[in-house]
Amino acid sequence: MSDWPLWEVFVRARRGLSHVHAGSLHAPDAEMALRNARDLYTRRQEGVSVWVVPAAQITASSPDERDAFFDPAADKVYRHPTFYDVPEGVQHL
Amino acid sequence: MYGNDFGAPSDDPGREATTQVLDVFDELLAGDGRVEPRDAMPEAYRKTLIRQIAQHAHSEIIGMQPEGNWISRAPSLRRKAILMAKVQDEAGHGLYLYAAAETLGVDRADLLDQLHSGRQKYSSIFNYPTLSWADVGAIGWLVDGAAIVNQVPLCRCSYGPYARAMVRVCKEESFHQRQGFEILHTLSHGTPAQRAMAQDAVDRYWLPSLMMFGPPDDDSPNSAQSMAWGIKRFSNDDLRQRFVDMTVPQAEALGLTLPDDGIAWSEQRGHYDYSPIDFTELFEVIKGNGPCNEQRMAHRTGAHSDGAWVREAATAYAAKAAARVSAA
Ligand SMILES: [Fe+2]
Ligand SMILES: [Fe+2]
Repeated sequence: MSDWPLWEVFVRARRGLSHVHAGSLHAPDAEMALRNARDLYTRRQEGVSVWVVPAAQITASSPDERDAFFDPAADKVYRHPTFYDVPEGVQHL
Repeated sequence: MYGNDFGAPSDDPGREATTQVLDVFDELLAGDGRVEPRDAMPEAYRKTLIRQIAQHAHSEIIGMQPEGNWISRAPSLRRKAILMAKVQDEAGHGLYLYAAAETLGVDRADLLDQLHSGRQKYSSIFNYPTLSWADVGAIGWLVDGAAIVNQVPLCRCSYGPYARAMVRVCKEESFHQRQGFEILHTLSHGTPAQRAMAQDAVDRYWLPSLMMFGPPDDDSPNSAQSMAWGIKRFSNDDLRQRFVDMTVPQAEALGLTLPDDGIAWSEQRGHYDYSPIDFTELFEVIKGNGPCNEQRMAHRTGAHSDGAWVREAATAYAAKAAARVSAA
């Protein structure tokens, strides 16, 4: 028998924080995936909320084209505040 | 890893990716960077990781058996709750690790098949029996203790998913070691019979625990490559020494002795000396001739086939529920 589908698990550690990828697991459906995720990734109260996402549904950028894909941001240093000269003594800027 | 990842690699695929791609890989490792799942990597690196992570995962789940043996006979409700939590953690460790292995393009179901058919191994420490309640203490203190020494450096392993799984595992392991220490401490301060039981458990588990670190460095053919790849950070003998140095003072605190007259502080080395280890036994156990090899495998394959109907029912339920949704 082939294994159940793979799910990626995201856990919100506390209110006020975003969900963070915790790992993955196999489960036959979303409901079981949620229950398994609780048992696997929050045995010590590591979370107040869990998302499960079918791994097959995730579209990811490819590491091969990493450079080309992220290139457009590489030459735009002026997007950072450190790019600008601030005259001596000017505050709160 | 649990220590005996030193058999001959199952095959030797050599380097298959292009040189240019491998330059990127080498650069990454040179800068102590992390390799992530879809990065190009040498095929031998991938195979080595799969073998090591799978063996580690198998060890976690087989490791549930010796302690699971005592859940129904734990001496108090407190001890029983703790032991169940520990054994459940070990199942969790297995699952984190199977998930990490899957990021390298293998299926968990296939890895389990390879365990069941004997093509992949698990740590030989779990082929020893748990004869008394004190053995549960000795396993927590010594076996989990040795596992921690092995696993802490793996939190900095060059392969990201393995390293992240190990961070999670290591956080959970320290309770395992402490509860074992506490069991032994209680017994060693109990009646003479309890004390003797604790000493007997330590006597039997000490050498097998030292062997968990694998053979001596000069007899560990894959170590150098694993170190070069940043999978392994310290040699078997260095880790073993670290474990001895940690454990000797703890044994004194327990009021128990370690079964080796050669243990003595060496002013000159700044470490505890210990007697040379005869590894014949380790190799015999790995070959399948340990006291519990057959029993462990029979239990594992039995549990797998006994659980088939649960997996099938869950699959059928999911299919039915999905059909209902699409019909609505
Ligand atoms: Fe573990
Ligand atoms: Fe453990």
